[in-house]
Amino acid sequence: MPENKFLLVFNTIHDVLRAEKILKQHKVPNELIPVPRNLSSDCGMSILLEGDIATVTGYIGQVPAVGVYSFDGQEYVPVIIGHH
Amino acid sequence: MIYLDNAATSFPKPAETIDRLNDFVRNIGGNPGRSGHTLSLEAARIIFEAREKLTAFIGMEDSERLIFTLNGTESLNMALLGFLEAGDHVVTSSMEHNSVMRPLEYLRRVRGVSYTPVPCCADGFIDLEHLRKAVAGKTKAVVINHGSNVTGAIQPLREIREAIGDVCLIVDACQTMGSIPFDMKENAADILCFSCHKSLYAIQGVGALYVREGIELAPLKFGGTGSRSESIEHPMFLPDRYECGTPNTPGIASLLGGLSFIERRGLANITKKKQALRSRLVDGLTKIPGVRVYGHRPRDAGSYLAIVTFNIDGMLASHAGYELNKRSLFVRIGLHCSPVAHQTIGTFPAGGLRASPGYFTEESDIDIFVEAVRAIAGK
Repeated sequence: MPENKFLLVFNTIHDVLRAEKILKQHKVPNELIPVPRNLSSDCGMSILLEGDIATVTGYIGQVPAVGVYSFDGQEYVPVIIGHH
Repeated sequence: MIYLDNAATSFPKPAETIDRLNDFVRNIGGNPGRSGHTLSLEAARIIFEAREKLTAFIGMEDSERLIFTLNGTESLNMALLGFLEAGDHVVTSSMEHNSVMRPLEYLRRVRGVSYTPVPCCADGFIDLEHLRKAVAGKTKAVVINHGSNVTGAIQPLREIREAIGDVCLIVDACQTMGSIPFDMKENAADILCFSCHKSLYAIQGVGALYVREGIELAPLKFGGTGSRSESIEHPMFLPDRYECGTPNTPGIASLLGGLSFIERRGLANITKKKQALRSRLVDGLTKIPGVRVYGHRPRDAGSYLAIVTFNIDGMLASHAGYELNKRSLFVRIGLHCSPVAHQTIGTFPAGGLRASPGYFTEESDIDIFVEAVRAIAGK
Protein backbone atom coordinates (compact mmCIF):
# COMPACT_ATOMS: atom_id res chain seq x y z
CA MET A 1 0.00 0.00 0.00
CA PRO A 2 1.43 3.39 -0.88
CA GLU A 3 2.38 5.38 2.24
CA ASN A 4 1.47 8.92 1.47
CA LYS A 5 0.51 12.06 3.32
CA PHE A 6 -3.18 12.79 3.74
CA LEU A 7 -5.05 15.76 5.07
CA LEU A 8 -8.31 15.36 6.98
CA VAL A 9 -10.54 18.39 7.36
CA PHE A 10 -13.33 18.52 9.96
CA ASN A 11 -16.19 20.84 10.85
CA THR A 12 -15.10 21.57 14.37
CA ILE A 13 -12.03 21.46 16.58
CA HIS A 14 -13.97 18.93 18.67
CA ASP A 15 -13.87 16.43 15.78
CA VAL A 16 -10.22 17.26 15.06
CA LEU A 17 -9.30 16.36 18.64
CA ARG A 18 -11.46 13.22 18.62
CA ALA A 19 -9.62 12.07 15.52
CA GLU A 20 -6.25 13.04 16.98
CA LYS A 21 -6.94 10.95 20.08
CA ILE A 22 -7.84 7.90 17.97
CA LEU A 23 -4.83 8.29 15.69
CA LYS A 24 -2.57 8.54 18.73
CA GLN A 25 -4.05 5.31 20.11
CA HIS A 26 -3.27 3.58 16.82
CA LYS A 27 0.17 5.18 16.61
CA VAL A 28 -0.52 6.89 13.28
CA PRO A 29 1.96 9.76 12.87
CA ASN A 30 0.02 12.98 12.57
CA GLU A 31 0.26 16.74 12.98
CA LEU A 32 -2.37 19.38 13.45
CA ILE A 33 -1.97 22.18 10.93
CA PRO A 34 -4.15 25.15 10.04
CA VAL A 35 -6.53 24.32 7.22
CA PRO A 36 -4.78 25.44 4.03
CA ARG A 37 -6.39 28.64 2.83
CA ASN A 38 -6.99 27.37 -0.66
CA LEU A 39 -9.11 24.57 0.73
CA SER A 40 -11.20 26.61 3.13
CA SER A 41 -11.25 30.05 4.59
CA ASP A 42 -12.04 28.50 7.96
CA CYS A 43 -9.81 29.36 10.88
CA GLY A 44 -9.97 25.72 11.81
CA MET A 45 -7.44 22.97 12.15
CA SER A 46 -6.86 19.93 10.06
CA ILE A 47 -4.84 16.76 10.53
CA LEU A 48 -1.92 15.91 8.28
CA LEU A 49 -1.06 12.27 8.63
CA GLU A 50 1.06 9.52 7.15
CA GLY A 51 -0.44 6.16 6.50
CA ASP A 52 -2.77 4.08 4.45
CA ILE A 53 -5.90 6.13 4.07
CA ALA A 54 -8.27 3.16 3.99
CA THR A 55 -6.91 1.87 7.30
CA VAL A 56 -6.99 5.31 8.87
CA THR A 57 -10.58 5.97 7.87
CA GLY A 58 -11.38 2.60 9.39
CA TYR A 59 -10.01 3.85 12.72
CA ILE A 60 -11.71 7.22 12.72
CA GLY A 61 -14.85 6.17 10.87
CA GLN A 62 -17.22 7.65 13.45
CA VAL A 63 -15.64 11.10 13.28
CA PRO A 64 -17.18 12.93 10.32
CA ALA A 65 -14.40 14.28 8.10
CA VAL A 66 -15.74 16.86 5.67
CA GLY A 67 -12.76 16.57 3.38
CA VAL A 68 -9.98 14.08 2.70
CA TYR A 69 -7.04 15.09 0.53
CA SER A 70 -3.80 13.49 -0.49
CA PHE A 71 -0.72 15.69 -0.23
CA ASP A 72 2.34 15.21 -2.40
CA GLY A 73 4.34 18.05 -0.86
CA GLN A 74 2.85 20.66 -3.17
CA GLU A 75 -0.82 20.16 -3.75
CA TYR A 76 -3.85 18.85 -1.95
CA VAL A 77 -5.93 16.57 -4.12
CA PRO A 78 -9.38 15.43 -2.99
CA VAL A 79 -9.51 11.70 -2.38
CA ILE A 80 -12.54 9.44 -2.66
CA ILE A 81 -12.28 6.66 -0.08
CA GLY A 82 -12.77 3.11 -1.29
CA HIS A 83 -10.83 3.48 -4.49
CA HIS A 84 -7.21 2.34 -4.61
CA MET B 1 -13.63 29.76 60.34
CA ILE B 2 -16.05 27.03 59.41
CA TYR B 3 -17.56 27.22 55.95
CA LEU B 4 -20.98 25.59 55.74
CA ASP B 5 -22.26 26.99 52.47
CA ASN B 6 -21.15 24.35 49.99
CA ALA B 7 -24.61 24.35 48.44
CA ALA B 8 -23.82 27.84 47.17
CA THR B 9 -20.34 26.91 46.01
CA SER B 10 -17.72 24.51 47.30
CA PHE B 11 -14.94 25.86 49.46
CA PRO B 12 -12.13 25.14 49.85
CA LYS B 13 -11.24 23.63 46.49
CA PRO B 14 -8.90 20.66 46.33
CA ALA B 15 -5.28 21.33 45.37
CA GLU B 16 -5.83 19.70 41.98
CA THR B 17 -8.40 22.36 41.05
CA ILE B 18 -6.08 25.21 41.92
CA ASP B 19 -3.07 23.56 40.28
CA ARG B 20 -4.88 23.10 36.97
CA LEU B 21 -6.22 26.66 37.12
CA ASN B 22 -2.80 28.04 37.91
CA ASP B 23 -1.10 25.99 35.22
CA PHE B 24 -3.53 27.17 32.58
CA VAL B 25 -3.34 30.85 33.45
CA ARG B 26 0.43 30.87 33.94
CA ASN B 27 1.59 28.58 31.17
CA ILE B 28 -1.05 28.05 28.53
CA GLY B 29 -3.53 30.89 28.32
CA GLY B 30 -4.56 30.52 24.69
CA ASN B 31 -8.05 30.93 23.25
CA PRO B 32 -9.12 27.37 22.50
CA GLY B 33 -9.57 26.24 18.92
CA ARG B 34 -9.44 29.64 17.29
CA SER B 35 -5.87 30.23 16.33
CA GLY B 36 -3.57 27.73 14.70
CA HIS B 37 -0.80 27.98 17.26
CA THR B 38 0.33 25.64 20.00
CA LEU B 39 -1.15 27.60 22.91
CA SER B 40 -4.56 27.68 21.26
CA LEU B 41 -4.34 23.95 20.57
CA GLU B 42 -3.28 23.23 24.15
CA ALA B 43 -6.29 25.18 25.39
CA ALA B 44 -8.54 23.27 23.00
CA ARG B 45 -7.13 19.96 24.24
CA ILE B 46 -7.96 20.91 27.83
CA ILE B 47 -11.56 21.63 26.88
CA PHE B 48 -11.77 18.41 24.89
CA GLU B 49 -10.39 16.35 27.76
CA ALA B 50 -12.79 17.97 30.23
CA ARG B 51 -15.69 17.36 27.89
CA GLU B 52 -14.82 13.67 27.50
CA LYS B 53 -14.22 13.14 31.22
CA LEU B 54 -17.40 14.87 32.28
CA THR B 55 -19.44 12.95 29.70
CA ALA B 56 -18.08 9.67 31.09
CA PHE B 57 -18.70 10.90 34.64
CA ILE B 58 -22.43 11.26 33.96
CA GLY B 59 -22.56 7.83 32.31
CA MET B 60 -22.83 8.92 28.69
CA GLU B 61 -20.62 8.52 25.61
CA ASP B 62 -21.29 11.24 23.07
CA SER B 63 -19.09 14.07 24.30
CA GLU B 64 -20.21 16.50 21.60
CA ARG B 65 -23.57 16.61 23.40
CA LEU B 66 -21.92 17.84 26.61
CA ILE B 67 -22.07 21.62 26.50
CA PHE B 68 -20.12 23.91 28.79
CA THR B 69 -22.02 26.89 30.19
CA LEU B 70 -21.46 29.64 32.72
CA ASN B 71 -23.39 27.93 35.53
CA GLY B 72 -26.40 25.75 36.28
CA THR B 73 -28.71 28.70 35.70
CA GLU B 74 -27.43 29.23 32.18
CA SER B 75 -27.81 25.50 31.47
CA LEU B 76 -31.43 25.63 32.67
CA ASN B 77 -32.15 28.70 30.58
CA MET B 78 -30.71 27.03 27.49
CA ALA B 79 -32.81 23.96 28.18
CA LEU B 80 -36.09 25.69 28.95
CA LEU B 81 -35.97 28.58 26.51
CA GLY B 82 -34.47 26.32 23.86
CA PHE B 83 -36.97 23.50 24.17
CA LEU B 84 -40.34 25.08 24.97
CA GLU B 85 -42.62 26.78 22.46
CA ALA B 86 -45.90 28.65 22.59
CA GLY B 87 -48.74 26.49 23.84
CA ASP B 88 -46.49 23.89 25.46
CA HIS B 89 -47.35 22.53 28.90
CA VAL B 90 -44.74 21.80 31.52
CA VAL B 91 -45.01 19.87 34.77
CA THR B 92 -42.63 20.78 37.56
CA SER B 93 -42.41 20.49 41.35
CA SER B 94 -43.05 22.81 44.27
CA MET B 95 -39.40 22.61 45.34
CA GLU B 96 -37.77 24.23 42.33
CA HIS B 97 -35.01 26.81 42.40
CA ASN B 98 -35.69 30.23 40.87
CA SER B 99 -33.46 29.23 37.98
CA VAL B 100 -36.31 26.97 36.91
CA MET B 101 -39.25 29.08 38.16
CA ARG B 102 -38.13 32.37 36.65
CA PRO B 103 -37.55 31.00 33.14
CA LEU B 104 -40.90 29.17 33.36
CA GLU B 105 -42.65 32.30 34.53
CA TYR B 106 -41.04 34.29 31.71
CA LEU B 107 -42.13 31.65 29.22
CA ARG B 108 -45.64 31.76 30.64
CA ARG B 109 -45.95 35.52 30.31
CA VAL B 110 -44.17 36.01 27.04
CA ARG B 111 -44.45 32.77 25.11
CA GLY B 112 -47.75 31.32 26.28
CA VAL B 113 -46.24 28.24 27.94
CA SER B 114 -48.29 26.86 30.81
CA TYR B 115 -46.89 25.02 33.80
CA THR B 116 -48.24 22.94 36.68
CA PRO B 117 -46.23 22.67 39.90
CA VAL B 118 -46.82 19.30 41.57
CA PRO B 119 -46.90 19.51 45.36
CA CYS B 120 -44.12 18.03 47.49
CA CYS B 121 -44.45 17.06 51.13
CA ALA B 122 -43.03 19.25 53.89
CA ASP B 123 -39.70 17.37 53.67
CA GLY B 124 -39.56 18.17 49.96
CA PHE B 125 -40.36 14.86 48.24
CA ILE B 126 -42.66 14.95 45.23
CA ASP B 127 -46.12 13.34 45.32
CA LEU B 128 -45.75 10.68 42.60
CA GLU B 129 -49.48 10.05 42.22
CA HIS B 130 -50.14 13.70 41.72
CA LEU B 131 -47.25 13.83 39.24
CA ARG B 132 -48.71 10.96 37.23
CA LYS B 133 -52.04 12.76 37.01
CA ALA B 134 -50.51 16.12 36.15
CA VAL B 135 -48.79 14.83 33.02
CA ALA B 136 -51.39 15.21 30.29
CA GLY B 137 -51.52 14.67 26.55
CA LYS B 138 -49.92 17.92 25.63
CA THR B 139 -47.24 17.97 28.35
CA LYS B 140 -44.01 18.72 26.53
CA ALA B 141 -41.60 18.42 29.44
CA VAL B 142 -41.25 17.60 33.11
CA VAL B 143 -38.66 19.69 34.96
CA ILE B 144 -37.43 18.35 38.27
CA ASN B 145 -34.92 19.57 40.85
CA HIS B 146 -33.02 16.34 41.55
CA GLY B 147 -31.72 17.46 44.94
CA SER B 148 -33.29 20.31 46.89
CA ASN B 149 -30.99 23.16 47.82
CA VAL B 150 -33.29 23.83 50.78
CA THR B 151 -34.08 20.50 52.49
CA GLY B 152 -31.59 18.33 50.63
CA ALA B 153 -34.41 15.95 49.56
CA ILE B 154 -33.30 13.77 46.65
CA GLN B 155 -36.15 13.07 44.22
CA PRO B 156 -36.47 9.47 43.00
CA LEU B 157 -35.73 9.87 39.30
CA ARG B 158 -36.48 6.30 38.35
CA GLU B 159 -39.94 6.45 39.93
CA ILE B 160 -40.49 9.84 38.35
CA ARG B 161 -39.65 8.40 34.93
CA GLU B 162 -42.16 5.59 35.52
CA ALA B 163 -44.83 8.08 36.52
CA ILE B 164 -44.38 10.34 33.49
CA GLY B 165 -43.81 7.84 30.67
CA ASP B 166 -41.95 9.10 27.60
CA VAL B 167 -42.28 12.82 28.22
CA CYS B 168 -39.03 14.78 28.03
CA LEU B 169 -37.46 14.89 31.50
CA ILE B 170 -35.30 17.91 32.28
CA VAL B 171 -33.25 17.41 35.42
CA ASP B 172 -31.65 20.13 37.53
CA ALA B 173 -28.76 18.27 39.13
CA CYS B 174 -26.89 21.30 40.49
CA GLN B 175 -26.79 19.92 44.04
CA THR B 176 -26.60 16.20 43.32
CA MET B 177 -23.81 16.11 40.72
CA GLY B 178 -20.64 15.04 42.49
CA SER B 179 -22.48 14.46 45.78
CA ILE B 180 -24.12 11.17 44.86
CA PRO B 181 -23.56 8.79 41.94
CA PHE B 182 -25.33 9.89 38.78
CA ASP B 183 -25.85 7.75 35.71
CA MET B 184 -27.85 9.46 33.01
CA LYS B 185 -28.27 6.25 31.07
CA GLU B 186 -29.79 4.60 34.11
CA ASN B 187 -32.02 7.36 35.34
CA ALA B 188 -33.24 8.28 31.87
CA ALA B 189 -33.03 12.04 32.10
CA ASP B 190 -33.33 13.65 28.67
CA ILE B 191 -31.77 17.02 29.32
CA LEU B 192 -29.37 17.37 32.22
CA CYS B 193 -28.35 20.72 33.73
CA PHE B 194 -25.82 21.21 36.50
CA SER B 195 -23.17 23.41 38.08
CA CYS B 196 -19.53 22.44 37.98
CA HIS B 197 -18.45 24.76 40.80
CA LYS B 198 -20.27 22.96 43.60
CA SER B 199 -19.55 19.27 44.16
CA LEU B 200 -17.43 18.95 41.02
CA TYR B 201 -14.96 21.43 42.55
CA ALA B 202 -14.37 23.70 39.54
CA ILE B 203 -14.02 27.40 40.26
CA GLN B 204 -17.09 29.57 39.79
CA GLY B 205 -18.08 30.29 36.22
CA VAL B 206 -18.54 26.73 34.95
CA GLY B 207 -21.72 24.76 34.40
CA ALA B 208 -22.78 22.07 31.95
CA LEU B 209 -25.69 20.79 29.93
CA TYR B 210 -26.12 17.35 28.34
CA VAL B 211 -28.72 16.95 25.63
CA ARG B 212 -29.72 13.41 24.75
CA GLU B 213 -29.59 12.45 21.09
CA GLY B 214 -32.83 13.18 19.31
CA ILE B 215 -33.53 16.36 21.26
CA GLU B 216 -33.15 19.70 19.55
CA LEU B 217 -32.72 22.95 21.44
CA ALA B 218 -32.94 26.33 19.77
CA PRO B 219 -29.69 28.11 20.67
CA LEU B 220 -29.89 31.16 22.91
CA LYS B 221 -26.68 32.70 21.65
CA PHE B 222 -25.14 33.04 18.24
CA GLY B 223 -21.61 33.94 17.36
CA GLY B 224 -18.09 32.95 16.58
CA THR B 225 -17.19 29.30 17.03
CA GLY B 226 -13.85 28.99 15.27
CA SER B 227 -15.54 26.74 12.74
CA ARG B 228 -17.09 27.35 9.32
CA SER B 229 -15.88 30.90 9.76
CA GLU B 230 -16.52 31.71 6.11
CA SER B 231 -20.22 31.60 6.88
CA ILE B 232 -22.38 34.04 8.81
CA GLU B 233 -24.85 31.25 9.51
CA HIS B 234 -24.59 29.77 12.99
CA PRO B 235 -23.46 26.13 12.76
CA MET B 236 -25.83 23.21 13.29
CA PHE B 237 -23.18 20.71 14.41
CA LEU B 238 -22.28 20.08 18.03
CA PRO B 239 -20.88 21.23 20.34
CA ASP B 240 -20.33 24.50 18.46
CA ARG B 241 -24.03 25.11 18.01
CA TYR B 242 -24.43 25.77 21.73
CA GLU B 243 -21.00 27.14 22.55
CA CYS B 244 -19.92 30.35 20.93
CA GLY B 245 -17.50 33.04 21.97
CA THR B 246 -14.56 32.46 24.27
CA PRO B 247 -15.34 29.84 26.93
CA ASN B 248 -14.22 29.91 30.54
CA THR B 249 -11.12 27.91 29.73
CA PRO B 250 -9.41 28.53 33.09
CA GLY B 251 -12.60 27.36 34.79
CA ILE B 252 -12.84 24.28 32.61
CA ALA B 253 -9.17 23.52 33.32
CA SER B 254 -10.00 23.72 37.03
CA LEU B 255 -12.84 21.25 36.45
CA LEU B 256 -10.29 18.70 35.24
CA GLY B 257 -8.60 19.10 38.62
CA GLY B 258 -11.89 18.64 40.43
CA LEU B 259 -12.78 15.48 38.50
CA SER B 260 -9.33 14.11 39.14
CA PHE B 261 -9.78 14.75 42.86
CA ILE B 262 -13.12 12.93 42.89
CA GLU B 263 -11.58 10.00 41.05
CA ARG B 264 -8.71 9.85 43.53
CA ARG B 265 -10.92 9.97 46.63
CA GLY B 266 -13.71 7.88 45.13
CA LEU B 267 -17.23 9.24 44.73
CA ALA B 268 -18.59 6.54 47.05
CA ASN B 269 -16.31 7.77 49.84
CA ILE B 270 -17.32 11.37 49.26
CA THR B 271 -21.01 10.42 49.34
CA LYS B 272 -20.53 8.43 52.53
CA LYS B 273 -18.67 11.21 54.33
CA LYS B 274 -21.21 13.85 53.38
CA GLN B 275 -24.07 11.67 54.53
CA ALA B 276 -22.37 11.08 57.86
CA LEU B 277 -21.85 14.83 58.26
CA ARG B 278 -25.50 15.45 57.51
CA SER B 279 -26.62 12.89 60.08
CA ARG B 280 -24.35 14.37 62.72
CA LEU B 281 -25.63 17.86 61.98
CA VAL B 282 -29.30 16.89 62.05
CA ASP B 283 -28.83 14.82 65.23
CA GLY B 284 -27.09 17.72 66.93
CA LEU B 285 -29.59 20.38 65.88
CA THR B 286 -32.71 18.37 66.65
CA LYS B 287 -31.49 17.91 70.24
CA ILE B 288 -31.61 21.67 70.85
CA PRO B 289 -34.99 22.75 72.22
CA GLY B 290 -36.55 25.39 70.03
CA VAL B 291 -34.58 24.49 66.93
CA ARG B 292 -36.68 23.26 64.03
CA VAL B 293 -35.03 21.30 61.20
CA TYR B 294 -36.93 21.08 57.92
CA GLY B 295 -36.77 17.80 56.10
CA HIS B 296 -35.27 15.28 58.43
CA ARG B 297 -37.99 12.76 59.03
CA PRO B 298 -36.48 9.30 58.88
CA ARG B 299 -36.40 7.79 55.44
CA ASP B 300 -34.11 5.46 53.55
CA ALA B 301 -30.49 6.33 54.24
CA GLY B 302 -29.32 8.54 51.44
CA SER B 303 -32.64 10.25 50.73
CA TYR B 304 -31.11 13.61 51.60
CA LEU B 305 -28.05 15.56 50.53
CA ALA B 306 -25.86 17.26 53.13
CA ILE B 307 -28.03 20.39 53.10
CA VAL B 308 -29.92 21.29 56.26
CA THR B 309 -32.29 24.22 56.67
CA PHE B 310 -33.40 25.11 60.17
CA ASN B 311 -34.76 27.89 62.33
CA ILE B 312 -34.49 28.94 65.97
CA ASP B 313 -37.92 29.61 67.48
CA GLY B 314 -38.50 33.24 68.23
CA MET B 315 -35.42 34.40 66.36
CA LEU B 316 -35.23 35.77 62.85
CA ALA B 317 -32.95 33.73 60.61
CA SER B 318 -31.15 36.91 59.65
CA HIS B 319 -30.33 37.64 63.28
CA ALA B 320 -29.19 34.11 64.03
CA GLY B 321 -27.09 34.14 60.87
CA TYR B 322 -25.49 37.39 61.95
CA GLU B 323 -24.58 35.85 65.32
CA LEU B 324 -23.15 32.80 63.60
CA ASN B 325 -21.14 34.96 61.23
CA LYS B 326 -19.64 36.83 64.21
CA ARG B 327 -18.35 33.45 65.36
CA SER B 328 -16.93 32.78 61.88
CA LEU B 329 -19.51 30.12 61.16
CA PHE B 330 -20.68 30.66 57.60
CA VAL B 331 -24.18 29.61 56.57
CA ARG B 332 -26.71 30.99 54.11
CA ILE B 333 -29.76 32.79 55.39
CA GLY B 334 -33.01 33.67 53.67
CA LEU B 335 -34.94 32.03 50.89
CA HIS B 336 -32.01 30.38 49.12
CA CYS B 337 -33.32 31.45 45.70
CA SER B 338 -36.24 29.13 46.19
CA PRO B 339 -39.33 30.92 47.44
CA VAL B 340 -41.50 28.01 46.31
CA ALA B 341 -39.49 25.51 48.37
CA HIS B 342 -39.88 27.70 51.43
CA GLN B 343 -43.61 27.91 50.73
CA THR B 344 -43.66 24.11 50.60
CA ILE B 345 -41.89 23.68 53.94
CA GLY B 346 -43.79 26.52 55.60
CA THR B 347 -41.04 29.08 56.08
CA PHE B 348 -42.14 31.72 53.61
CA PRO B 349 -41.45 34.64 53.64
CA ALA B 350 -38.99 34.71 56.53
CA GLY B 351 -36.85 31.86 55.22
CA GLY B 352 -34.34 29.98 57.30
CA LEU B 353 -30.70 29.19 58.01
CA ARG B 354 -29.06 26.71 55.70
CA ALA B 355 -25.95 24.77 56.66
CA SER B 356 -24.36 22.69 53.93
CA PRO B 357 -21.18 20.84 54.94
CA GLY B 358 -18.84 19.59 52.26
CA TYR B 359 -16.20 16.91 51.83
CA PHE B 360 -13.64 19.10 53.60
CA THR B 361 -15.86 19.69 56.64
CA GLU B 362 -14.81 17.75 59.75
CA GLU B 363 -16.97 16.18 62.45
CA SER B 364 -15.47 18.64 64.94
CA ASP B 365 -16.68 21.52 62.73
CA ILE B 366 -20.22 20.17 63.00
CA ASP B 367 -19.93 19.87 66.78
CA ILE B 368 -18.63 23.44 67.13
CA PHE B 369 -21.44 24.66 64.91
CA VAL B 370 -24.13 22.84 66.86
CA GLU B 371 -22.77 24.23 70.14
CA ALA B 372 -22.84 27.72 68.72
CA VAL B 373 -26.47 27.32 67.63
CA ARG B 374 -27.26 26.10 71.13
CA ALA B 375 -25.59 29.17 72.64
CA ILE B 376 -27.32 31.57 70.26
CA ALA B 377 -30.67 29.93 70.94
CA GLY B 378 -30.02 30.66 74.60
CA LYS B 379 -30.10 26.98 75.50
